[in-house]
Amino acid sequence: MKLTLSLNGHSTELVAAPGARLLDVLRDAGCTSVKRGCETGDCGACCVLLDGEPVNSCVVPAAFAADAIVTTLEGLNDDPLMRRLQDCFLEAGAVQCGYCTPGLLLVAWQRLREGGELTEYDVRHAMSGNLCRCTGYAKPVRAVLDAWEAMP
Amino acid sequence: MAFCDFKLHKPESVTEACRLGREFGRTCAYMSGGTELLVDLRSGRKKVAHVIALGGLKELREIRRDGDTLHIGAQATLSEIAEAPLVHEVFPALAEAIVTMAGVQIRNLATMGGNFSCGVPCSDTPPITCAAGGSIVVAGPDGEREVAARDFVLAPRTTVLNPGDIVTAIRIPVQPTTSGASFQRFTMRRGSALAVASVSAWLNVEQGVITAARVVMGAVGPIPLFAENCAASVVGQAPGDSVFADAGALAAAEAQPISDLRGSEQYRRDVVAVLARRALACAAARAEGRTS
Ligand SMILES: Cc1cc2nc3c(=O)[nH]c(=O)nc-3n(C[C@H](O)[C@H](O)[C@H](O)COP(=O)(O)OP(=O)(O)OC[C@H]3O[C@@H](n4cnc5c(N)ncnc54)[C@H](O)[C@@H]3O)c2cc1C
Ligand code: FES
Ligand code: FES
Repeated sequence: MKLTLSLNGHSTELVAAPGARLLDVLRDAGCTSVKRGCETGDCGACCVLLDGEPVNSCVVPAAFAADAIVTTLEGLNDDPLMRRLQDCFLEAGAVQCGYCTPGLLLVAWQRLREGGELTEYDVRHAMSGNLCRCTGYAKPVRAVLDAWEAMP
Repeated sequence: MAFCDFKLHKPESVTEACRLGREFGRTCAYMSGGTELLVDLRSGRKKVAHVIALGGLKELREIRRDGDTLHIGAQATLSEIAEAPLVHEVFPALAEAIVTMAGVQIRNLATMGGNFSCGVPCSDTPPITCAAGGSIVVAGPDGEREVAARDFVLAPRTTVLNPGDIVTAIRIPVQPTTSGASFQRFTMRRGSALAVASVSAWLNVEQGVITAARVVMGAVGPIPLFAENCAASVVGQAPGDSVFADAGALAAAEAQPISDLRGSEQYRRDVVAVLARRALACAAARAEGRTS
């Protein structure tokens, strides 16, 4: 099955086996920031933005992304807000093995773009669909709050 | 890499969706957000040759007011429902229930149609919909029917849906200004966890006296369970701590929990007593306009 979608700003044609998930075709297309974790929708490691909203790509059939706009972390390499968020993650020591990091960054980036007040509770609620086995969450939460405080 | 082999169908009308469902019968499954179905297909709990995706039926995504009812299209995502101003206006307890569910990445995909249709005992939207006196609109090969939310789930993972039936909408009556509702849920951790138990309470309070009550328990029985004795015990009473504490004990006795990894039977009963007390107190405060 051929699939046309906008991937990280480029119109892209991908080949997907019947029953393939968005997770599978994105990794095959070289977007390895999309991690294969639990594969049951629980951990958020496979998070991507589908038409601008974070979703777990392991529970999305590839066919669903036809004509959609898909953004992975690779597509936000030059985005100033993502840069700032990444810097804050580094400075806070919020990355250990890094497996959860792309998912955390995407969810946090989307939440920061929504704007409005942001408390520690809000950050924890926003990131509650992302599991991290290493950091204990305190540092990623700190990093997101740091990035928010630095926002113009 | 295919994780399971099925043929994906994308019907463009409700009629076509129902026809395909009847034609393929047990060899097919409908799919809305896929957050339950894809997990079941991958684990092998479900095996189907055809998946009929309902996402293309845009007319089923609408959230609108129909006279004295709030109409929620079965394809509206949980995020859309929780953010809809109309839901906050007509029945805020539904939005309150939804934001406790899963994480944002799942709520952006998952639908209420799917939450009802899977008929899982720990599904969170059926109990609160039952408490609101809501109903489910079902389209089938022979036409449309409306089923009371309390009659929709028959047994774990079994609903009134027959092959070719799809849920098209959830309907919630506009609530009297003298009423209030609350959803209380206990989980092993705050974020993204399934309910150990939940209690949804709805009360109508006039001149300081409770005139009607509905209490519905989730995850502590095969289907959403009405705590009839609990509800009856508060009618005719003035809202108060001891009334609600006694009612909570009645709810605990009416629960039918099983022991599993999320909690033992006794533990769940103890949790129900507390949740019911809190849900009733919160619903009463809202009914009397003491809190929003
Ligand atoms: C990580 C994670 C966390 C979760 N947390 C919660 C939670 O806290 N609370 C909770 O209640 N649930 C939770 N769930 C379960 C699930 O997300 C919900 O039940 C969700 O609402 C299902 O909706 P869906 O649109 O994704 O359904 P789907 O997966 O598309 O479908 C579910 C079932 O219903 C059938 N179906 C779907 N739509 C229709 C329709 N319109 N008409 C007829 N049949 C239909 C399908 O054939 C399938 O059997 C969680 C799931 C995951 C993966
Ligand atoms: S791999 Fe998709 S949520 Fe874990
Ligand atoms: S840094 Fe290892 S899982 Fe989060």
